[in-house]
Amino acid sequence: MTQLHEAAPTPATSTPVLEARGLTKHFTVHGARRGRAALPRLGRRGQAAGRGGLVVHAVEDVSLALDEARVTAVVGESGSGKSTLARLLCRLIKPTAGELLLSGDPVPRSGRGRREYARQVQMVLQDPFSSLNPVHEVRYHLARPLQVHGLEEPGRSLDDAIAGLLERVALAPADQFLRKYPHELSGGQRQRVAIARALAVRPRVLLADEPVSMLDVSIRLGILNLLGDLRDRERLAILYITHDIASARYLADTIVVMYAGQVVESGPARTVTDQPAHPYTQLLLSAAPDPERDGPPALDGRGAPPSLVTPPPGCRFHPRCPHAMAVCATSAPPAFEEAAGHVSACWLQARDLTAAQASPLASRGDGNTSPDDTSSNDEPGGGDDVSPDTR
Amino acid sequence: MSVPAGHPLLEVRGLCADYGAGPDAVHAVIGADLVLQSGEVLGLAGESGSGKSTLAYAITRLLRAPGMITGGSVGYYPRPGTAVDLLSAEEGTLRVLRWSQISVVMQSAMNALNPVLSIGAQLTDVLRAHRPDLSKAARRARAAGLLAMVGITADRLDSHPHELSGGMRQRVMIAMALALEPQVVIMDEPTTALDVVTQREILQELMELRERLGFAVLFITHDLSLLIEIADSIAVMYAGRLVERAAAKALFRAPRHPYTLGLLSSFPALHGPRRHLTGIPGSPPDLRRLPSGCVFHPRCSYVMDRCRTDAPALLPLAATGDGLSSVPRAAACWLQDGSAPPPPELAAAPDLAGSQS
Repeated sequence: MTQLHEAAPTPATSTPVLEARGLTKHFTVHGARRGRAALPRLGRRGQAAGRGGLVVHAVEDVSLALDEARVTAVVGESGSGKSTLARLLCRLIKPTAGELLLSGDPVPRSGRGRREYARQVQMVLQDPFSSLNPVHEVRYHLARPLQVHGLEEPGRSLDDAIAGLLERVALAPADQFLRKYPHELSGGQRQRVAIARALAVRPRVLLADEPVSMLDVSIRLGILNLLGDLRDRERLAILYITHDIASARYLADTIVVMYAGQVVESGPARTVTDQPAHPYTQLLLSAAPDPERDGPPALDGRGAPPSLVTPPPGCRFHPRCPHAMAVCATSAPPAFEEAAGHVSACWLQARDLTAAQASPLASRGDGNTSPDDTSSNDEPGGGDDVSPDTR
Repeated sequence: MSVPAGHPLLEVRGLCADYGAGPDAVHAVIGADLVLQSGEVLGLAGESGSGKSTLAYAITRLLRAPGMITGGSVGYYPRPGTAVDLLSAEEGTLRVLRWSQISVVMQSAMNALNPVLSIGAQLTDVLRAHRPDLSKAARRARAAGLLAMVGITADRLDSHPHELSGGMRQRVMIAMALALEPQVVIMDEPTTALDVVTQREILQELMELRERLGFAVLFITHDLSLLIEIADSIAVMYAGRLVERAAAKALFRAPRHPYTLGLLSSFPALHGPRRHLTGIPGSPPDLRRLPSGCVFHPRCSYVMDRCRTDAPALLPLAATGDGLSSVPRAAACWLQDGSAPPPPELAAAPDLAGSQS
């Protein structure tokens, strides 16, 4: 076994390939017709947002930079907004506020500009069983992006280009796979085809949304290692979205932890997992499976994420937080810099709080007694994609 | 977690289950041997298609056509000395045993709960069928008590499944499974669809309930790293066969089968230096076209000539100092047949006796 490199040699001063500034996405919940049945117990507060409609605050003021040859992991539970963030980054949905910068330039709105953006920023989805078209062969899946983006090279046949792609994702010999249909491939091979399809247009950014969670345990690592190889060999900027903080620690250079649509902590992967600063990161780590652990973990701050229609005022984690102070209930914490590059949005890191601000939050009930706080649960399924306006 | 002293509660011997019949039959479980002790948590680990769910359904005789049991025996011992052969039992006997003695928590709580009935109706339905002497008020009180046991307030009795979060639905499933105080609870991936924090909360509650009520759990999951934390002993399945059986910590510290070793090194660690992990090359075999000899040999890095032709049996391993006599170890691997010392990473750990006692 070899030690993995700890810090990628990218200089911090270079322009990020893709940068998001203050990205915000609010989904409007349309109509009382469906709303009344689906959202049975909403208080009047939820109705406040414009023209009687409800708003799901899915992603709130997220800034993120994806650097060349780096893997950035976004870790969070379902409903934390991590998939919405990925869809914002590849411009599948329009942000409510905030901007995207590709190589430092604002993203053009023209059709040509959009296509160029799509070429440079590619996505790999969670489920390779549904992201590949069952009626087409592997060859078709890889030929289409080349044709659509006009990337056929004059001196080289399409089949050669496709074989090269399959080789890059370690599907060899290529001619064994060209004529196969998705159902003839194993889950791992399918995900490799999906990655090859993304690579076909020579992107600079790969957005991988839970790329291994549908795969068998024994083949997950193969895909993670492939992503790591692509970072090192092809200098791709990779966004790795996951709920598994251990795999983020394994693969990523930077970890961004999201909770209820906001970034609560970010920093170098090992720093975030080994010295977590935010109570929510600590909770995630204590809940993660760990064979080395003796006895049950503490689970400080158990409970369920809040409703994103009526997020709690102040810090969104404060109703569950074991360290909640008076200030946490009233004002949202800014990002405090722990160390170089390690940022945590938590009032515990503030050094100039008054005694009143720092007093323990008295009104907070004992969050440990009610396992799932359902008084405000508007999405019983806890689905990742709360997007009522896209149906 | 200590291994509680107990008597064998469920004894599975040579269980085989097929899907389909004739030459096209898929052998989903082949010759499974398992013993569930009273009060213990027995983990069954394996990837999708390894036959772990089929095994659980075969044990409870819930396997539906085209699945069928083709051999073996399942003994259930409610008390030492009394035995029921579940495979030959009449439907009437099974009706009495199921739920009141052996209950099942299904993987998908949303599909297992009836969407048009309230939680209370579903909980009291169980009681009405199995405890006819209870009055309506007593049934409702018991249902409220069951919900309280899993941390749900009684006002949720009138809620329908869609009004509950995923975690709460799974809690309701657990409360239902425990309604008649069974001795054995079979859990098929009970927390897989849940978030890590909710998963952990439910597991902790489950372990507390087990301490209190003393039931035994057959816990089925693909997440070996989780199983090592919560199970007393673990059986690992691959392509329908049990390949290794051991106490949980012993399995973690000193796996004896190359597949177990590969699985363990498929989970990145939460501590220590980051190491490059390789997982297991290849993918799980197609059960319709199984490799010859040992089914794992095409993916095994220790493969020998013998592995390609002869299938190894799950044989008990000599108690080489793992100090856990209550959970005998067994592995199905030619490396462990005693003819030659196994490679160091698959050998018994000499210091295990000290660290376990």
